Amino acid sequence: MSTLLSVEDLGVSFATPEGPLRAVDGISLSVERGAVLGLVGESGCGKSATASALCGLLPPGARTTGSVRLSGRELTSLSEPDWRSVRGRRISMVFQDPMSSLNPLLSVGEHLVETLRTHQNLSRAAAREASVGWLRRVGIPDPAARLASYPHELSGGMRQRVMIALALCPGPDLLVADEPTTALDVTIQAQILDLLATLRGELGMTMIFITHDLGVVERVADRIVVMYAGRVAEEGAAARILSAPRHPYTRGLLDSVPGFRPRTGRLPSIPGAVPSRRDWPSGCRFHPRCAHADAVCGESVPAAPGPDGGAACFHPAGVP
Amino acid sequence: MKPALRRFRSVLAANAPARISFWVLVALYLSALLAPWLAPYAGDDESRARSWAPPSAIHLRELDGSWHAPFVRSVSYSFDDDALRVWSEDSTCRFPIRFLVHGRLFGLGNPVASPIVGRDAVVGGDAPAANLHQRQGRLYLLGADARGRDLLSRILYGSRVSLTIGVVGVAISTLIALVVGGIAGFAGGWVDSVLMRLCEVVMLVPAFYLLMLLRAALPLDWDSRVVYFYIILILSFLGWAGLARILRGMIQSLRQSDFLAASRALGLSPWRILWRHALPQTFGFLSVQATLSIPGYIVAESGLSLLGLGIQDPQTSWGNLLEEAMSIAEIRLHPWTLLPGVFLFAAVLSWNLLGDALRDTFDPRSLS
Repeated sequence: MSTLLSVEDLGVSFATPEGPLRAVDGISLSVERGAVLGLVGESGCGKSATASALCGLLPPGARTTGSVRLSGRELTSLSEPDWRSVRGRRISMVFQDPMSSLNPLLSVGEHLVETLRTHQNLSRAAAREASVGWLRRVGIPDPAARLASYPHELSGGMRQRVMIALALCPGPDLLVADEPTTALDVTIQAQILDLLATLRGELGMTMIFITHDLGVVERVADRIVVMYAGRVAEEGAAARILSAPRHPYTRGLLDSVPGFRPRTGRLPSIPGAVPSRRDWPSGCRFHPRCAHADAVCGESVPAAPGPDGGAACFHPAGVP
Repeated sequence: MKPALRRFRSVLAANAPARISFWVLVALYLSALLAPWLAPYAGDDESRARSWAPPSAIHLRELDGSWHAPFVRSVSYSFDDDALRVWSEDSTCRFPIRFLVHGRLFGLGNPVASPIVGRDAVVGGDAPAANLHQRQGRLYLLGADARGRDLLSRILYGSRVSLTIGVVGVAISTLIALVVGGIAGFAGGWVDSVLMRLCEVVMLVPAFYLLMLLRAALPLDWDSRVVYFYIILILSFLGWAGLARILRGMIQSLRQSDFLAASRALGLSPWRILWRHALPQTFGFLSVQATLSIPGYIVAESGLSLLGLGIQDPQTSWGNLLEEAMSIAEIRLHPWTLLPGVFLFAAVLSWNLLGDALRDTFDPRSLS
């Protein structure tokens, strides 16, 4: 397997009147062709900023450092016009809220035809035909009739299916799915996850799946990167992380998923909240919330996990 | 555009006031187009002997009690003790109303001698048949103005100016506002600053003084076609800046929206995102805004005419026709001079009601 995307020491900071705000503070990860990487973390940990940086969709005031390479091509230094040749065709994105991600004034068909014709030299009729094919592929019943539907006439799950069809129809090398199931009902969530799994099998899709929900990531990801406070806390094969988490934060996350592990009594939660991005704690950023923290955790920064995975922790579990 | 048309039709089907307004406007614009054929007289065809003639009485019976197709009498006036006009009809002949005469939809036919009057009524001993052709009748369905010109004809000719000046003016100012506001809101940064300062400069120009200045600077004897275009120019120049600022704000807030981010993520070009995704979101607002400002343009044109900047006699517009109805004394003596106002009102109201229907058309959510 070859590496499709490699991110090295990526940093994202936003300019604010009170000085720069570092949302992502030096993360490294890589995605193999055909693999699904789950990017997991709480709100405010920098997941979405990472996703935006991968698609060049950061707001104008944002600054990126480090390197993002797609098939060896450096993306962080791309100009806006160059980005346009990457978006859709190379990297495509599915957003969190399907209710607001479709233009309310355009029909489903208009969305698809427009996107297809942007990336391929198709006639209108051919693009319509291809649109029907894509709608069928994402499991929308009676796709030909649905072309004329407007977003408000579709349910949330249907809209997310349309969004997925839109994101995939340009034939991207990498799909970034930013919490694609978070805004949906649980039953619909499962359907969308099944759909993504099916499409992955059909298209050999490479995907970064961003979520805060370990129960969701379990179903789709091969590898998992757990982020905490702008840094990578733990990385590794999905099965290993879910069965034998090493970082206390990952363990805390897993413990707080209901029904994930057989357990009695009150559902545990991680004490405290994600620290403010203006004021990261010193040393290991998790140490104020960590039960295993000692003096060294507050003073020095643990090394980030290497390419083989591991935890950024001075006291990892399960390691002698 | 096809789905929009279909939507418009279903909106009209559901909304009776809008449907009526639509057909009223169609009728008004058609009659403006067909004015030379619909109007019984040319707009400047005057008959000073019939100054301020009231609307013609339409008769069906002759003096001997016989029935005829609708006809009118020739009228003349004398002054009473208060120096007010007293109108009397000349019963010696009748002027039948004929359709499709003189290349117009309707008009008056040749005079026919009245049967009962006979020779006795003739002054000076001429046989009525001999001097009949010298008699002239005028058909004033809506009365006449000070120079005896037919008000209906003048309203019809005037509608060509009044009905188009608002539409063309609003179209031009809206287009400028769309381009400037759209680019400013979408691009942001220094482009935004420069364009918005430009808007502010335009908004700072005091409209009234600008008009006075132009009045002083421009020649008086311009052809009214030229005047027509420069009225449009002035009004659109004054009108676009405020709208551009609103649009820029709308586009700016739209920039935060998920579906614009999504269309960027799908690799669409900025122009395409702006024209197809961002600006159409404002069309609902724009259609209401535009239809609401059309009346303003119509009224502004009459204001300009009043200042001597607008369409001048003998050319007509509803605005300068209404100037004759500016004093209570005039309205009391010649109430029909208010009639152009009725047309103005109908056009303005119809545009407003149609504006609502247009807004519903551009917002598919309103249908289901």
